[in-house]
Amino acid sequence: MDLHTVTALHRPGDRDGLAAAYPGGPGSALLAGGTWLFSEPQPQLRELVDLTGLGWPALVHEPDGGLTIGATCTLAELAAEAPLFRQCCRALAGSFKIWHTATVGGNICLALPAGPMTSLSAALDGVAVLWGPAGTVRRMPVAEFVTGVRTTAIRPAEVLRAVEIPASALRARTALRRAALTAEGRSGSVVIGCLGESFALTVTAATERPHRFVFPALPSGPELQAALDGVPTWYDDPHGAPDWRAHVTARLAREIVAELGA
Amino acid sequence: MIEINGVETDAAPRPGQCLRTFLREQGNTEVKKGCDAGDCGACSVLVDGSAVHSCVYPAQRAEGRSVTTAAGLGTPEDPHPVQQRFVDAGGFQCGFCTAGFVVTASTPEPDDPDLGHRFKGNLCRCTGYRAIADALGGRVNTEKGGAAVGRSLPAPAGMRIVTGRESYTLDDTPPGVLHLAALRSPHAHARIRAIDTSAAAAVPGVRLVLTHQDVPDRLFSTARHENRLDDPDDTRMLDPVVRFVGQRVAAVVAETVGAAERACREIVVDYEVLPAVLDPAAALEPGAPVLHGDKGPEARIADASRNLVAELHGEVGDTGSGFAAAETVVSGTWTTQRVSHGQLETHGAVGWLDETGRLVIRTSTQVPFLVRDELCRLLDLPRDGVRVLTARVGGGFGGKQELLTEDLVGLAVLRLGRPVQWELSRSESLAALPCRHPMRVGVRVGATRDGVLTALAVDVLSDAGAYGNHSPGVMFHGCHESIGLYRCANKKVDARAVYTNNVPSGAFRGYGLGQVIFGIESALDELARELGLDPFTLRRRNVVVPGDPVVSGHEPLPDDDLRYGSYGLDQCLDLAESGLRAADDVPAPQGDEWRTGEGMAVAMIATIPPRGHFAEASVTLEPDGTYTVRVGTAEFGNGTSTVHTQLAATVLGTEPGRVRLHQSDTDAVGHDTGAFGSAGSVVAGKAVHRAAVALRAAVLEKVPGRLGPLGVQDGDSFTPLTDLGPLTARATHDGTPRSVAFNVHAVRLAVHTGTGEIRILRSVQSADAGTVLNPEQLRGQVEGGVAQALGTALFEELRVDEAGAITTTVLRNYHLPQFADVPRTEVYFAATADDLGPFGAKSMSEAPYNPVAPAVANAVRDAIGVRPHSLPLTADRVWRLTR
Repeated sequence: MDLHTVTALHRPGDRDGLAAAYPGGPGSALLAGGTWLFSEPQPQLRELVDLTGLGWPALVHEPDGGLTIGATCTLAELAAEAPLFRQCCRALAGSFKIWHTATVGGNICLALPAGPMTSLSAALDGVAVLWGPAGTVRRMPVAEFVTGVRTTAIRPAEVLRAVEIPASALRARTALRRAALTAEGRSGSVVIGCLGESFALTVTAATERPHRFVFPALPSGPELQAALDGVPTWYDDPHGAPDWRAHVTARLAREIVAELGA
Repeated sequence: MIEINGVETDAAPRPGQCLRTFLREQGNTEVKKGCDAGDCGACSVLVDGSAVHSCVYPAQRAEGRSVTTAAGLGTPEDPHPVQQRFVDAGGFQCGFCTAGFVVTASTPEPDDPDLGHRFKGNLCRCTGYRAIADALGGRVNTEKGGAAVGRSLPAPAGMRIVTGRESYTLDDTPPGVLHLAALRSPHAHARIRAIDTSAAAAVPGVRLVLTHQDVPDRLFSTARHENRLDDPDDTRMLDPVVRFVGQRVAAVVAETVGAAERACREIVVDYEVLPAVLDPAAALEPGAPVLHGDKGPEARIADASRNLVAELHGEVGDTGSGFAAAETVVSGTWTTQRVSHGQLETHGAVGWLDETGRLVIRTSTQVPFLVRDELCRLLDLPRDGVRVLTARVGGGFGGKQELLTEDLVGLAVLRLGRPVQWELSRSESLAALPCRHPMRVGVRVGATRDGVLTALAVDVLSDAGAYGNHSPGVMFHGCHESIGLYRCANKKVDARAVYTNNVPSGAFRGYGLGQVIFGIESALDELARELGLDPFTLRRRNVVVPGDPVVSGHEPLPDDDLRYGSYGLDQCLDLAESGLRAADDVPAPQGDEWRTGEGMAVAMIATIPPRGHFAEASVTLEPDGTYTVRVGTAEFGNGTSTVHTQLAATVLGTEPGRVRLHQSDTDAVGHDTGAFGSAGSVVAGKAVHRAAVALRAAVLEKVPGRLGPLGVQDGDSFTPLTDLGPLTARATHDGTPRSVAFNVHAVRLAVHTGTGEIRILRSVQSADAGTVLNPEQLRGQVEGGVAQALGTALFEELRVDEAGAITTTVLRNYHLPQFADVPRTEVYFAATADDLGPFGAKSMSEAPYNPVAPAVANAVRDAIGVRPHSLPLTADRVWRLTR
């Protein structure tokens, strides 16, 4: 929809230009794909700062085997990279037409419980690379970066530049399970298991923020349940009742452990 | 520079503009707005060959790129292959979503055979997707040429729809049109102490601000019926008291939508917040907040002091002794949720003054004549001072049997003397417009050991919301054919429709029947189970047959006009039963947590609303030898345009291509009650049929012989039609007497006891629609009704927070059935011919919706051993039932 209050759209071409265009005030927003920003009224906004002119590479395979996903990498670009990536894209409520413009960084910064790029990045031990206004760079795990429903640890004027996936996570065996009230509707629970030197189980969509449980090896049923019992709040929205989300998440987690243990 | 369909434009998009509105501003109105939020796909276009939702695509990002819309893919003369396939398959009804489907289907990507995934971003509310799947697969469902009734002729507008040429309500607006926006109430109940519009009026571009002080002090109802006294006069255009979250508080008219919305934010309202009541049972309690205590008897509210909009109490026979005589009695209470119509085209209207100074309103309505009449009353204008017309309407489902936009648009046009339009957003549509009535339905039913009913008692509590629009009618209708379907000497009905501070409820497909049928058919299923009888057998033992009076809580009045014009329920029961016996369409899932079950339910509906539904029609033989049919009823995907053309062409012995329709315009004919109550074929169609018969007689009176497509043949003498026109015949139909139509739905499904997931394995519906005028179109109506009902049965729900605000305000959160959600439904037609309808046809557009939810719930009961009592049957609720 039209954002009628927006009177300027800046398209910086480099980091200095970005810092100048985006002081981080309440009237200014970063524009990546725009698929969420343009989907709801934003009467508080006066300016948009388009990140797509910065030329960030979508996917960079690092010499150490890691993968750097540019924040402006689209879901369509990401989906082609690996089966788990594609599964996560398919967990998006939006259609393949949304994949063409929606970005990894935008999905994470939106911080919806069912944000599948949060699911993916948190599950693969991803690290958010944050550009500060004075040329600083800060890193933190994506699992900690998303702090709640529509909240993140981002600071004023900070920009999510990329997500770094360590080589170890990319080498791990993974399994994804999803539950939703409808076949292609928004997820009620997305659970991803990642088995490498240790086993990490990441719960999203069912909870208000990502929960990543790390076990030295595949856990037993009681160990798994004990971990999930530590989830303080199961999310409540039209895409699933909290008690059901807790229940199906435990089921999905058991299925993942069984699959990866097979 | 942006290239649109091969033509470069120098126009520069605004910084916050999306591509959708930019394209429409360049005249590409084939790019539709269904949601404006990236969910529905009606605005799909290609950008450099890649499909995007243009409503969430920043317009400035299209600089230097090329955009292709449905109109750029092909033309009516040279359509894209996908467009041709949609025409051939009949892959649309209202057609509002079609351009977006065509664009999406035109791309090879993603290379994904899973259509459910590929088309999750394209919503169709009309078809149930089977016809679209056929289009994608290249199936041909329509027939070419030949007029005979009974053939699957394509919709006349088909090629225009698929190529984006068909004009909808706001696709063709006068130059200089101003835009209206409304400020809506944040409170469920409040009195406006003061309202300051000075800052709003000062916003650049603002031309008019309207508050309750600026509108006629006249009460009306947004509901529109032939008899305006059917609904309580409890509504003001703008009211100093707001009674639900989302009620209109003020309106601003400005040069741009942005200026109008900004001005709305500048309006300062001082509210005195009043106590609110959201539960209809609580609203009846002494001491509850009273919503309309200020209204007198002239408002026609049953008891305003108790929030009672309307009530119905009646008994035939003696239910006390009937229950005493029963071997088995079952009872329960069933509840239904708030449901949104979800028409892809939201409500909207544009108005202007014509060259004679007459107010003209083009609006997305099912009832142009009734809107015209009420506008005259509200705005103090004579009947010939207002013209109301519609373009093709992008879906209705009852939601457009209301006057929701035309009043403010009309008033603004009169005040300003300039064209004004108002296009509602999807969020306004979901959160502030009338929805389906939520009901609590108590049912008690007793029977002998043989399964013969001895007593049936129904107790209904209907949540009217804050205004009484349609609430009396929905309550009366809901309690009529649902109960009248069963032959039982002792029946009792108690029903109340109650004001609450919720969003108003209104007309919705089925008009109350679906809610009550959910309760009754669930109770009968339980009864069959208790008696050890097959549910089909129980129905056969108790349904009315010709000769039986149709009785609810009262004996029919002596002048009751309901007849068995034809009767096909026996066939429908047989067809559904044998259809269900056939193999599953979807293989039953394996695993010990899956349980399968079967369920069925029956519905009856009168073919026409009671107490008068009128239509006038004329057919003209033009000097050029073609025919023009004039009829008042609107086309909103119900297919009446095809049927009216077929009826006229059949009678006149001509080709459909030689028949032109001029419809849904108060200038076309004298009167038409409107496109509701499933009246398009049997009332307006009957009038068209009669007018065509009269014209044929008039032609043959001039020149006796045999009337053919080009002239009259009499032996060796041939008189061309071009020698005979102009010649016009007129006819009317008054909607009486009325017949009854029947539907039986049956499903087999599987329930996963560990997650609550429901998988439909087989779905069948049989329908008694009399003579089938257009089989493909009728099948589409049934499938569309089933799909809409599956949404109601399985997941759709408008959720309300504790303050009375609807929280499901976008389609991501109010889930309409998607391609992947709708199973195939096999449709069967009973072979009957009605004495009353045109060529023996009966109506069949609301009815298919009604038996689906109870059939599904009964199957769930069969599968898991626990009976559902409330809708929707989402996985989380079903899982709870299994625990």
